[in-house]
This record gives sequence, C-alpha cells and structure tokens, in this order.
Amino acid sequence: MGLLDKQFNDDNIVLTTVEDILNWARLSSLWQMSFGLACCAIEMMATSASHYDFDRFGVIPRPSPRQADIIIISGTVTFKMATRIKRIYEQMPDPKYIISMGSCSNCGGPYWEHGYHVLKGIDRVIPVDVYVPGCPPRPEALLDGLLTLQNKIRNESLVKKTV
Amino acid sequence: MLTEFGKIFAFMLIAIIFVVVTVFVSKLIRPFRPTKEKLLIYECGETPEGSPWVKFNIRFYVVALIFLIFDVEVVLLVPWTLVYQQYGVTGYFIGFIFLFFLGLGMAYEWKKGDLEWARPNPQSSKLKNAVQEVDAS
Repeated sequence: MGLLDKQFNDDNIVLTTVEDILNWARLSSLWQMSFGLACCAIEMMATSASHYDFDRFGVIPRPSPRQADIIIISGTVTFKMATRIKRIYEQMPDPKYIISMGSCSNCGGPYWEHGYHVLKGIDRVIPVDVYVPGCPPRPEALLDGLLTLQNKIRNESLVKKTV
Repeated sequence: MLTEFGKIFAFMLIAIIFVVVTVFVSKLIRPFRPTKEKLLIYECGETPEGSPWVKFNIRFYVVALIFLIFDVEVVLLVPWTLVYQQYGVTGYFIGFIFLFFLGLGMAYEWKKGDLEWARPNPQSSKLKNAVQEVDAS
C-alpha cells in the first residue's frame, strides 16, 4: 500500500507532525542486521555489549535481513563478499540504512592500492548513509555514527522528491 | 456492570483489536516496494538452491520420539533423586518401577527395529573388482 511513502507533493502542517512521529519511531528502533566482516566486527560487538550498550539507542541485532533496518558494514569487503552484501541489502525491507564502518569499507583501507581482492569502498555496491572513519573505529565512533544516522532520519520527509 | 469474567473478556477483546488494528495500519502506511531479489529466499546472501520445503525422512520422527522417552525420564528422575529418601523404601522402588516401564518401551522399540538405521552396504567383491580393473589398466 504505502499510503505515507513519498506520496505527497507538498508539505503542510498536518504532514509535518505525522512525519515527526514516523521519523521518531524509525530512528528509535533501528534494528541491526547482525553482520560482522572483519576486525571492525569485534568493535561492533563491543558496542553491542554492556559497556557501550547499543541497545539503549534501540539497536538490536537481528538474524534475518527481513527484520532489519540498518546494516553495519563492519570490515574488509572482498569482491566475493560484495555480491552477498548486495543481495542481503536488497533483501532488507524499506526503509533501510547503511553504516559503513572503518577504513576498509569506506575506501578499501590498507588494501586501497595492492588489495587485488578487496572492494575499494562499499559505496561502489550499495548506497551508504553514514561513514565511520577509523581502523578500526572505537565504539564511541560507531555510536557517533549511529547518532548521525538518527539525525539524518529525523530530517526525512514524506514529500515526493522532485528533480 | 462488568462481571469478573466480563473483565477478562474485555481484556481479550482489547488485545485482539490492538493486534488487528496495528497489523492493518502498518500494512496501510509502510513502504511497499517488492522486487524479485527482495522476495528471494534468504540463505545468507547465497543463491538459494531448490525449495526450502524439503521432505525429511519419516524416521527422524521416530528418533525424536525415542529421545522424548529419555527426556521425560531425566525430567522426572532429577526431582525424584532429591526427595526419595523422605519416602523410604517405597519411594526408592517407585522410581525403579518408573524406570522399568520406560525400559519396556525401550525394549519394544529395540525389538521393532527403530534403532536400526539404514547403513550403506558396500559390496566388497565389486569394490575388489574395481580395484583390480584400475590396477590392470
């Protein structure tokens, strides 16, 4: 159906309130596709654990892309994995967001020149919302990335995009 | 005025309506952009092989039943070990009567051949012939 999915041509006062509720609901329960690739995944797990407590932002790891809202690309993306990531991303329901975590998935990281098997940035395959720099980023950096993503969602609009 | 049962009925009614309304409203307003790839079976990003509705051998069911016997045995025997001393010799032998009946079931399924599993039956003569053929060639 999608009655509220980019169906409107202009924003009026009623729409902005609905938008606020929808965006608030979305950004408060960003369920995460549990998907660890390399050493960044260790930092991601540390962020989920009790000390940094990802759960307080509503980030719960889910085993299936059907239940997930965000996917954190945490680590080196090889060419072989890139096709799988692409498919997992496709299988997540809209709206979906991507956090690219660490240098490897941002731009190829230490493999940027001689990594014959490494994708030079996950944004060549799927659209990234937030880049988190670091090699690997500290849990604080990942939390900051999540807050940035939440700010991005907070400003989303129901209005149809016009060119 | 609501009776006590009426309160429970109202509670159940609200619970049902809550679920139905939530599911219906979310169906109305959620984004709906199905693609072929999105509707594909999820196999950790791999290309799915065949149908997920695979037929399993019926003998797994029998094995599950046999497992259930020992499962129940453990569940009932562990509390029995904690309290049988309070009931003296009677309590002690009641446990053994219980074990005896489970043992009867075990003997029955053993006799019936449910513990037998179809094993590969290699024909040694054929294998030897194959080896000789390979050696000869």
